Amino acid sequence: MAMEVTQILLNAQSVDGNVRKQAEESLKQFQGQNLASFLLSLAGELASEEKPVESRKLAGLILKNALDAKEQQRKFELVQRWLALDASVKAQIRSYVVKTLASPSHDARSTASQAIAKLAGIELPHKQWPELIDTLLSNIPQLPAHTKQATLETLGYICEEVSPEVVDQGHVNKILTAVVQGMNASEGNNEVRLAATLALYNALGFAQANFSNDMERDYIMRVVCEATLSPEVKIRQAAFECLVAISSTYYEKLAPYIHDIFNITSKAVKEDEEPVALQAVEFWSSICDEEIDILEEYGGDFSGDSEIPCFYFIKQALPVLVPMLLETLLKQEEDQDQDEGAWNIAMAGGTCLGLVARTVGDDIIPLVMPFIEENIAKPDWRQREAATYAFGSILEGPAPEKLVPLVNVALNFMLNALMKDSSNHVKDTTAWTLGRMFEFLHGNTLDTPIITPANCQQIVTVLLQSMKDVPNVAEKSCGALYFLAQGYEDAAPSLSPLTPYFQDILEGLFAVTRREDAGESRLRTAAYETLNEVVRCSTEETAPMVQQLIPHIMLELHQTLEGQTLSSDERDKQNELQGLLCGCLQVLIQKLGSLETFKYVLLQHADQMMGLFLRVFSSRSATAHEEAMLAIGALAYATSSGFDKYMSEFCRYLEMGLRNFEDYQVCAITVGVVGDLCRALEDKILPYCDGIMTQLLKDLSSNDLHRSVKPPIFSCFGDIALAIGEHFEKYLIYAMPMLQSAAELSIHTGLGEDMTEYTNTLRNGILEAYSGIFQGFKGSPKSQLLLPYTPHILQFLDSLYMEKDMDDVVSKTAIGVLGDLADTLQSSAGPLIQQSVSSREFLSECLSSHDDMIKESAEWAKMAISRALSY
Amino acid sequence: MAPPEHRRQFKRPAISDQQRRRELSLQRQAQNRLDAQHRARCLASSALSFETAECEPECPEVELELGSENEGDGGVGSPHEEFDVRKASKLRGAQARKWFARQLILPEWMIDIPDRLSLEWYVFVRPSGNRCFVVSSNGITVSRLRNGSILHRFPSALPGGSRFRDSSGPAQTYSILDCIFHEADQTYYVIDMVCWRGYSLYDCTAEFRFFWINSKLAECGACEPPSQNHRYRFSPVTVYNCDHGGLIAAYTGPVPYAKDGLLFYNKQAHYQTGNTPLALVWKDDNCSQYVIDTDNKGNIPSKQHLVLELQDDLKVTTSDDPPVEILLHGQGLRSEVNRARAFADSYSKVIFQYTVRRSPLKMEDLLFSLSSGNDLENRPADVEMAGE
Repeated sequence: MAMEVTQILLNAQSVDGNVRKQAEESLKQFQGQNLASFLLSLAGELASEEKPVESRKLAGLILKNALDAKEQQRKFELVQRWLALDASVKAQIRSYVVKTLASPSHDARSTASQAIAKLAGIELPHKQWPELIDTLLSNIPQLPAHTKQATLETLGYICEEVSPEVVDQGHVNKILTAVVQGMNASEGNNEVRLAATLALYNALGFAQANFSNDMERDYIMRVVCEATLSPEVKIRQAAFECLVAISSTYYEKLAPYIHDIFNITSKAVKEDEEPVALQAVEFWSSICDEEIDILEEYGGDFSGDSEIPCFYFIKQALPVLVPMLLETLLKQEEDQDQDEGAWNIAMAGGTCLGLVARTVGDDIIPLVMPFIEENIAKPDWRQREAATYAFGSILEGPAPEKLVPLVNVALNFMLNALMKDSSNHVKDTTAWTLGRMFEFLHGNTLDTPIITPANCQQIVTVLLQSMKDVPNVAEKSCGALYFLAQGYEDAAPSLSPLTPYFQDILEGLFAVTRREDAGESRLRTAAYETLNEVVRCSTEETAPMVQQLIPHIMLELHQTLEGQTLSSDERDKQNELQGLLCGCLQVLIQKLGSLETFKYVLLQHADQMMGLFLRVFSSRSATAHEEAMLAIGALAYATSSGFDKYMSEFCRYLEMGLRNFEDYQVCAITVGVVGDLCRALEDKILPYCDGIMTQLLKDLSSNDLHRSVKPPIFSCFGDIALAIGEHFEKYLIYAMPMLQSAAELSIHTGLGEDMTEYTNTLRNGILEAYSGIFQGFKGSPKSQLLLPYTPHILQFLDSLYMEKDMDDVVSKTAIGVLGDLADTLQSSAGPLIQQSVSSREFLSECLSSHDDMIKESAEWAKMAISRALSY
Repeated sequence: MAPPEHRRQFKRPAISDQQRRRELSLQRQAQNRLDAQHRARCLASSALSFETAECEPECPEVELELGSENEGDGGVGSPHEEFDVRKASKLRGAQARKWFARQLILPEWMIDIPDRLSLEWYVFVRPSGNRCFVVSSNGITVSRLRNGSILHRFPSALPGGSRFRDSSGPAQTYSILDCIFHEADQTYYVIDMVCWRGYSLYDCTAEFRFFWINSKLAECGACEPPSQNHRYRFSPVTVYNCDHGGLIAAYTGPVPYAKDGLLFYNKQAHYQTGNTPLALVWKDDNCSQYVIDTDNKGNIPSKQHLVLELQDDLKVTTSDDPPVEILLHGQGLRSEVNRARAFADSYSKVIFQYTVRRSPLKMEDLLFSLSSGNDLENRPADVEMAGE
């Protein structure tokens, strides 16, 4: 039943677009008409040594893609289709791909490896293809090198594809044995050794039991450490990647090896090629991550224990680790600050130094200060930059009391360097370091301020001046100003020392956004972000100046909307700018909207702003849409019922946003805006509810919409019901069954860690819907319409209580729903409430909760229930 | 070469401002949803609890209102009318005074020792000063004395208490505190909480309300020193379990304010407006300057003065609910009309004042009742009013 597909596959790679398109069409048709034959043909093509390598490779790729997809729903469908195929067809396909591992063609082998892993990903969880591992590993020592290499690569991919639970320990042992043997120095073939090392990286997650066995762990660690000394650079790099993975997966097992690993990494950092050295530094960064997490848990937990003990590896290695890292700082690249994606040993070393400071705190200061003092004033820019970078890196971690005296000394020097240093690198790092000072050591939680009325003016003047420097330096100065403003966030209005310079700051930032070269180094974005933060943290005193920004920003936005024909590159930039401007307007709306005396200013501009936002929707950029939608939500909140007049025009864009499955962020934001509108317009939203509800219901039943949008849609039902009250009646027959089936689903998931969080978000959304619906119907004679749904809702609450896996937020919402139910249905729900477990155990558990929010909701529920039962 | 994915980008902030805007919007929306929910829940609970508050008898008081006003002034207090504090805050003048005058819990005077004092009661030191009802809403905070007249209008850090607020803050909200304004340090000492961010605490136990005061007050910044948007400092009072140690601590421990007696609150009691036996006041010379009532000049009169209400049926009663009738003649009592007092005395006050002049309930008695473990035996004998 296999078909000849060689020519079609070759055509599908033709340079002629028409030929290509036609070939793709016929492949698609073939797949649709007879999947079994299609897949069998592809597998046969891949396995056949007579066929050209190009068609074999593409055959393997299409086969692989027919088994997996990124999108969850599509993936599910593909898996079901494979499982439904005839057993003999599946056996034939499996045998073709496994056979290909012995092919002399590297491309064919490699494609087959990936296809096998995808098949394993489907079959192993369903307990099918049990002989796979044994087939691959039978007589592996006797295999020719190229087949051995392909087999090890396949094992690596399989480990990446399937979860450890579906492979039994016997098979795990066999895999590890083969992989570690392949890595061993005695393996003469470098290709095999590399494939084995890469495979181990994926197989580490399967090795829990083996890492608990001292002998096996010693063996694995010895082989990995030896591989870091291989003459082949790729093997060394892969071996260090294994060490990094081991450091996070098996931190608690590392103690016996840490001394050796230090020597290995330290040698690599000093002498090896950059890709290897970077991994060696990353090992220590990863150890820092682990210890920071553990120590945080220590600090946060009253009992003072953590599941994993801290071995204080960093603290012990400190005297040798820090000099090693400081040395890397001197290996900067010439233009690293201009290159967005740059990552080199100096950057990795500085990043690690920052993590070390967070891990050990005060202890790092005496080890770094001599380096700074020695290098900060040297003629070579590399030394000055490294010294400054070292200083900036240790500003988070040590106690502020220890740092503030140092910063007080350094501040003037830094301000001076930012103005006068001859090197852009040094200025860039200096501005960044100032930003770090303000981020971590400035704000009203600190006892001794580093910024005083005496030096504030100088700081602001220098930063504003530096914002005129080259783009990368100006960007960092904007960043420093961002944190300077943020530090005054909670200052009492009359106390913000920025007030005298406020106008200059706004003008300076606005000027930066208009620089010709603001597109470089993310400068324009940084300037708008800083402008936003300055506005957010401003006080009522400076509101008149903030208010004057509005027409300027609106004008800028207007100009981006004036129709010129643009290249697609220019249009992208235009859309990005629209996003930034809408974001800025959103912040202005929120700020002025929160000040009673300035709200009228907003109202004056509201018509024009709305006009601009609606025009932004005609662009095709998701980011711009999202920002415009966010701004409209803020405007609705600020204008309250006054927003009504925009609804007739806005509602079609609202529905458009709700239909935007592809850019699910836009859809999610729009759902949030519907909530804003409900609260702003209350029952005036009624005329638009049919359109909104229809779209929301469609969203919920769609498999294409990202699942993260669904919980907010349920919450939104609650918002609508609360706004329109008993008019929600007509949506009950649609909304309630959906809530009910989602509720059932959310009880019966239990799909591991990453599902727990989503499940709880979903539950919370469902409960918020119930809450809003009950409260919406309160006091209406139609409230009795809710009675038929009540048994299920109470059952849902009971199941939540019994499952014992809900988080605090869900507990709070759930117990509140119990109160809402009693409050609205009163005595008619009395008997049902009395029967439910929730009204007894769950409620009393919540009443004695340590969480204020839960306790508050529970008090409310208790009161509502006692009232319902007393009538 | 690219950095590992999870590393913070080199020299870049941890999250983008766009992400921040998104998160702030979500926070604001969640808070607004919560506010809307609270409002929906609260309208019901306050309507219910105010019903009882408004059922109190409306009676002209002997001194102040004798013959001057009748009950038909606007129907503010008519029973069963749905009415909450936000509507009340729009009331002006006499109506406002009348409404607010009835919203406070009024402790009875301790004339005997309650059972299970050590298990079911709290004790704390009453600050000396004016009892008032503090309402923050719509960007302003107003404190009213027991007679309903305004003491201060000022901005405060209480929710909705000043025009300055964070954009992520709640929309319309109000809070009501039961306070004593202490002149010397210009501080409002919060002795109870009635409503918080629109959430009614009338039907919550004292245990919960006190817990709420401590957690919420600090959280909103109301305990901070005064600033432009926060003119007066608020402070919680230290509340003790009324066991032996707690009572001693309350009685002898230092407090930052002038003491005016001890207040005892039953842990399970709700905030019930008007006189209640579930809150008690007790004083002696050690912990109050005002044990025995004084006249306008601050002197202790030779005879006990009673302030009573004159009812429509010409009976003279205490302020209790139901009122206790006092027979004016034949008991050696002399009556006079005195307009200095806005409220009639309660029965318990009359008795306390009487016993204080003769055989007061002493701290030793209270402590003894706790240590003896048998509260019942230790009650003072009922005192009959004999007059002079």
